[in-house]
Amino acid sequence: MKRAGFSDRWLPVLFLLPQLTIIVIFFYWPAAHAVRSSFFLQDPFGFGETFVGIKNYTMLLDSASYLRAAWFTVIFVTLVTFLSLAIALLLAVKADKVIRGAKTYRTLLMWVYAVAPPVAGVIGLVLFDQSWGPIKDFVAQFGWDFRLGVNYFDTAFTLVVMSVWKQLPVNFIFFLSGLQSIPRSVREAALIDNRSAAGRFWDVTFPLLAPTGFFLLIINITYALFDTFGIFDTTFKGEPGNNPMTLVYKVYLDGFRGNDLGGSSAQSVILMVLVLALTIFQFRMVERRIHYT
Amino acid sequence: MAQVKLNAVRKTYPNGFEAVKPASFDIADGEFVVLVGPSGCGKSTMLRMIAGLEDISAGELSIGDSVVNHVDPADRDIAMVFQNYALYPHMTVRKNIGYGLKNRKIPSAEIDAKVAEAANMLNLNDYLDRKASQLSGGQRQRVAMGRAIVRDPALFLFDEPLSNLDAKLRNQMRIEIKALQRRLGVTAVYVTHDQVEAMTMADRIIVMNGGVIEQIGTPSEVYHSPASTFVASFMGAPPMNLFDGHANGSEVHVGSTPLHRHAHQGKVTVGIRPEDIVPDVTGPLAIHVNIIEELGAHRLLHGHTAEQPVTIHVAKDYPAAIGPMTASIKPDAVSLFDTATGRRL
Repeated sequence: MKRAGFSDRWLPVLFLLPQLTIIVIFFYWPAAHAVRSSFFLQDPFGFGETFVGIKNYTMLLDSASYLRAAWFTVIFVTLVTFLSLAIALLLAVKADKVIRGAKTYRTLLMWVYAVAPPVAGVIGLVLFDQSWGPIKDFVAQFGWDFRLGVNYFDTAFTLVVMSVWKQLPVNFIFFLSGLQSIPRSVREAALIDNRSAAGRFWDVTFPLLAPTGFFLLIINITYALFDTFGIFDTTFKGEPGNNPMTLVYKVYLDGFRGNDLGGSSAQSVILMVLVLALTIFQFRMVERRIHYT
Repeated sequence: MAQVKLNAVRKTYPNGFEAVKPASFDIADGEFVVLVGPSGCGKSTMLRMIAGLEDISAGELSIGDSVVNHVDPADRDIAMVFQNYALYPHMTVRKNIGYGLKNRKIPSAEIDAKVAEAANMLNLNDYLDRKASQLSGGQRQRVAMGRAIVRDPALFLFDEPLSNLDAKLRNQMRIEIKALQRRLGVTAVYVTHDQVEAMTMADRIIVMNGGVIEQIGTPSEVYHSPASTFVASFMGAPPMNLFDGHANGSEVHVGSTPLHRHAHQGKVTVGIRPEDIVPDVTGPLAIHVNIIEELGAHRLLHGHTAEQPVTIHVAKDYPAAIGPMTASIKPDAVSLFDTATGRRL
């Protein structure tokens, strides 16, 4: 790559300034504030604060509801990421083979992309609701007494389904374009070398899709952790109760509904450290095994 | 090793475009056949139909003794070398070459032996553990060849395998491929748009144009007795001179110069190769030379005779000069074509 040099050393700083300002104001400053307040106990009415050291953290780690949310987060993120990637890959591979009406078909598959997460939550409510959800009526015929918002498993099921559904189009678009960037002749060479379609997929197509897959893996973990907030919030209709929730939702719940700003800040800090560690791990471990052409 | 038979093989696309009009020809066991023609002439489609990468719309294709119209590419016992090599970029050279064998349930010791043998043959020993994406164009070309030869197939298919290489490497690989095919004795079908490749490599050339086979013949037949004005102007560099002529039942005239004896009557196109026009002070053909092209081993004189352009090939010691000259035509070197149909008379 060609490197362009600046003759004046302050000019590049000037160009970077708008971006840096935004990052500092909206990211570093709140993050620093969160770290600070995680060591304090706030008065719920804003009349002051008391330094408590690491007590907010130790309380969290002793809290059964926090550990429960942590476990649910792990399972939820794993399920949503795996299912949305796997289903999208399957759809992309199938859509890639469609010749007639391919555009219409692909557009139909991408539509969901335009749906905002809270709206996806509302659609989930409509479909799964206890009193008028058609899916509830459907599964009742198989003896499944579906109770959204009451039964822990049923609610988790709905949340996973809606989160996966919402994320499919993004993954689908990326996988499809990844598939289409594999040279046709490489696939044809595989057609001559290997009679098994499954063999060709795992030996040739899948490894060549790996860069796309790795990118999507990060995007999807981030999505499942953070962007599903809207789906949770609309599904709970403001009454989270004992329902399953992710750590991100719990930060909001304890901080803004429970007015425990110190504890909530401690949760954010833990989350921040986890995400940082996860990102480093991903780039170190996964990317090394991936072939970029 | 096998012979290939095409019986009225045809390709039409859903939009009605006929890429290959019904074509029939046989390829003998061990023969090297080159399909040549301008881009869009249907030569690649023909090859892809033989490979099974393209459906055959009508007709019958057999490789060896069996009809393979509906046989999967992997089961046709063919190996193909693609224009952009189509190596698996994420695999090492060793795995690229061995991939086709691995999927045919060949024991890994045997695969290793075959890969080693092919690597030896192609001077790839130092690169076996490199990724395909780390190789140069010429090396990739060799790997693609290696992938084809380890399979020990009944039929080699080449789809313009040299067109991505630079001129020097191309000449070298041309000879290597031909020698390799001779040594292995495997039937080969080779597609190219380069008439020099066609002439130098083929046992037989199939010239195609607009989905139609214009001529099938040995390089010498195609060069000296082209079946149509298309073949005459496509094969050979520079191409055959084509003059508008007139036949009166006994003689053929170009302008007022009688050139050839033929019983045809009416308008004809007269084809003469540049090397068949010989400078001759008493010759009947008056030529005005405009440009002298110096090629070292010989020279090309470009000029015109009575309003029609002409190219003459002369020896390097001929004292060529811009201006008028006269020439004669070697006997039996004239090709006559029907002006209306372009077919040879």
